[in-house]
Amino acid sequence: MMTINDVITLENQQERISALLPQGYRFVTMTAVDSTTHFDIYYHFDRDYELYTLQLKLDRDAALPSISGLCFAALLVENEIQDLFGITVTGLVLDYHQHLLLTKDAPVKPFCRVPGVSVSTVETAKGGEQ
Amino acid sequence: MSTIVPFGPQHPVLPEPIQLCLELEDERVVSVIPVVGYVHRGLEKIAEKKDFIQDTYLIERICGICSFMHSMSYCMGIEELMSIPVPPRALYLRVIWAELHRIHSHLLALGLLADAFGFENLFMQYWKSRERIMDAMECTTGGRVMLSSCCIGGVRRDIDENQKKFVLDQLKEVEKEVTSLNRTMMEDYSVKQRTVGIGVLSKEAAYAQGAVGPTARGSGLVMDHRMSGYAAYRELAIEPVVETAGDCYARTMVRCREVMQSIDLIRRAFAQLPDSELKTPFKGNPSGEAVIRCEQPRGEVLYYFRGNGTDKLERLRVRTPTFANIPAMLTMVQNCQLPDVGVIIISVDPCVSCTER
Repeated sequence: MMTINDVITLENQQERISALLPQGYRFVTMTAVDSTTHFDIYYHFDRDYELYTLQLKLDRDAALPSISGLCFAALLVENEIQDLFGITVTGLVLDYHQHLLLTKDAPVKPFCRVPGVSVSTVETAKGGEQ
Repeated sequence: MSTIVPFGPQHPVLPEPIQLCLELEDERVVSVIPVVGYVHRGLEKIAEKKDFIQDTYLIERICGICSFMHSMSYCMGIEELMSIPVPPRALYLRVIWAELHRIHSHLLALGLLADAFGFENLFMQYWKSRERIMDAMECTTGGRVMLSSCCIGGVRRDIDENQKKFVLDQLKEVEKEVTSLNRTMMEDYSVKQRTVGIGVLSKEAAYAQGAVGPTARGSGLVMDHRMSGYAAYRELAIEPVVETAGDCYARTMVRCREVMQSIDLIRRAFAQLPDSELKTPFKGNPSGEAVIRCEQPRGEVLYYFRGNGTDKLERLRVRTPTFANIPAMLTMVQNCQLPDVGVIIISVDPCVSCTER
């Protein structure tokens, strides 16, 4: 199961992540999840094969400050999150303006759930079986 | 005065479409911007619409080179969410197929590198050897690319004595052929001219930029996720292959040596293959969050799962190794000469289908 090592906020995001890097943690990736009422943003770091995960709960209409100035490796995944979830990421060192993966005629925010309609709520009577 | 040169998306050295917009001063690269998105398929979103058992075969199609490892990583995540124990024989069979995939991926990459610097004969010889591995996979699973042999709770097929003999015979031939080819790759003057001291990535830069796999190990980072002991790797005891120069030559040497390491691992896995069931039956749906990491041929892959107790996952996220290696690749290309760009890109062994999903 996933362990969330720390819960951060928009206010202390840069400070907490800056504090991790001198301790030898390296950036692995970020994961964005549409939790309907808000977005869960997970920052995954690694040291000696141990994963260290920070969670940030982001309001649906809030902008996410980029960490690409601190970790250049976050550049692509932040642009990807901007593409797929429509979250505005501010301060990117290179901003693809929601067209890293998506073309100009592609659906907008394709990974967002439509409010009130979830694609993941169909339950089977007995569950999966194999 | 600088010139902008679009390198790709269609280029003779690129097996898949990716573009690097190069800013050149004379023939020196002063800056580079990657352009991706040519093969984005939205597989993570499709995975939310299929049930979690169907996803095993969908996820395998993220990539045609490390397909088995994608399905294995996916199954490991679901097994963790649902606390499904995997029988010991299945763990060893997973290692055998995963290492066969690593060999064929590395032979493919070594062939492409030879092609990138114009050594056509070496390219064809590596790929000829690779065919033996494809035959071994076809013999044991019926598929050359999509094996579909991994399932949640174990594996779908066993390897019998005749198939085992065929695989070991093929490995013996591959070992003989690749030993000879590796000698050329390691010692030939023309190969060294194109790879030694080219596209250098320091150990510190590799770490800071999140490089993984042979790209990281070629820069001296002792980092191989098989060391964490998933599947049967704990019993097989593995030592990471590491080079320190950080150039195209070092990354190539890591792959050359890892082919031999994988051959040895498969032999040991066959020798220790225990008798047991092939899979554990299960019932129910995944619930909760999990993160799984595995070592693919190009490096560490990360899978994030969120299940909500239904038969469909709420979120599946895949961070593939090439996605992690692109920032490091940009560093390597900075200040290099234009004719070296193709060799540097291929020395990272990028998989664009994986990257974009």
